[in-house]
Amino acid sequence: MATTTPSKPSKAADTARDNRAKLLERAMSRHSYSGDALIEVLHTAQELYGFLTPDLLKSIARKLRLPPSRVLGVATFYHFFSLEPKGEHSYIVCLGTACYVKGALGLLETLERRCAKAGRTSPDGKVSVNSARCIGACGLAPAVIRDGEIVGRLTPRQVTEDLDRIGVK
Amino acid sequence: MSVKTLTIDGKMVTGIAGETIFNVAWNSGVRIPRLCHVGGVSDVGACRLCLVEIEGQKKLMASCMTNVEEGMVVRTNTERLQSHRRLILELLFAERNHICAVCVMNGQCELQDMAEELGMDHVRMRYLFPKLEVDTSHERFGLDHNRCILCTRCVRVCDEVEGAHTWDLKGRGVNSLIIADLGEPWGQSDTCTSCGKCVQVCPTGALFSKGRTVGEMRKDRRFLKYIVTAREKHQWIR
Repeated sequence: MATTTPSKPSKAADTARDNRAKLLERAMSRHSYSGDALIEVLHTAQELYGFLTPDLLKSIARKLRLPPSRVLGVATFYHFFSLEPKGEHSYIVCLGTACYVKGALGLLETLERRCAKAGRTSPDGKVSVNSARCIGACGLAPAVIRDGEIVGRLTPRQVTEDLDRIGVK
Repeated sequence: MSVKTLTIDGKMVTGIAGETIFNVAWNSGVRIPRLCHVGGVSDVGACRLCLVEIEGQKKLMASCMTNVEEGMVVRTNTERLQSHRRLILELLFAERNHICAVCVMNGQCELQDMAEELGMDHVRMRYLFPKLEVDTSHERFGLDHNRCILCTRCVRVCDEVEGAHTWDLKGRGVNSLIIADLGEPWGQSDTCTSCGKCVQVCPTGALFSKGRTVGEMRKDRRFLKYIVTAREKHQWIR
């Protein structure tokens, strides 16, 4: 069965891409191509490709025998799924009560001013900004998950310095 | 099938187990306001206008999603419900760009009728005025997101009656939008059969036939009953 890859494969990346398509195919066959497994399959696709392209969603819809609009509906409903490429770095600002009280909004404002609105990636592809309700690190408030690691007790100034270090304009 | 006896607005009524309060009420002549319900397709409880009070329960229940129980005492039109309904309508109006004076459905719109019926004559909150698109790529119909109330009648009729499932909802909360296929322009949709059922069930002017101007759009609601009866009972009644 032909699988659509999100972009034209270059020769060097050919094997890696084939592998991803194969892994996605395997995930779908593990769920016997059941439409109920849509979320699991989207998870796998997102892990493999980093983000979900229209072609990818279309091929998933076809293989799971689901209407395309349902697939896009699910993919856009959950914040976990991303339809655009993720930035090199990611910042997830915790907006839980403790972090909020300790000034998480200031951190988010700094990030939004310098990079992109929450949920988006900066135009230069450097930084993805996101917010979360509570990441369970209230003792470290205000906390941010920077590239998968929790950084606590941040100030807007530290964030600014951090962004300067990465080279965000 | 067991029969349930209950009281709706002081009136003794009977319904069959598994029937909703909404259906039993309408069948016995109690009109509960609604926008997302349309006879012939499933209910989702999206508009919240059909909220009712049930004795012994603190929460208000959407009557289209609650089944009848023996001995239930239901009130459908108390002061509290009326004020909630007006508030819900105000929020619906404020969420998008509902301006009746320039709408194709002016005079025939279910949202407008509901506002009139429930005495909602002004909106207390500020309109959000979101910048939304109008999709006129389909050769016969148009979709104006500015007038959509996200009742999902079109989604359900397309899925359950036509079987195409062209429509669905994208995003969540205030950012939700009706989408065709993968968010493509309607005219480019592979799955759409151009049957027009979605246009006929849309309560507002969000889905309309092209070529209609202000107040000119008419919708035929009987067709759905005709199709559903034909399919379920093999009787073709006009």
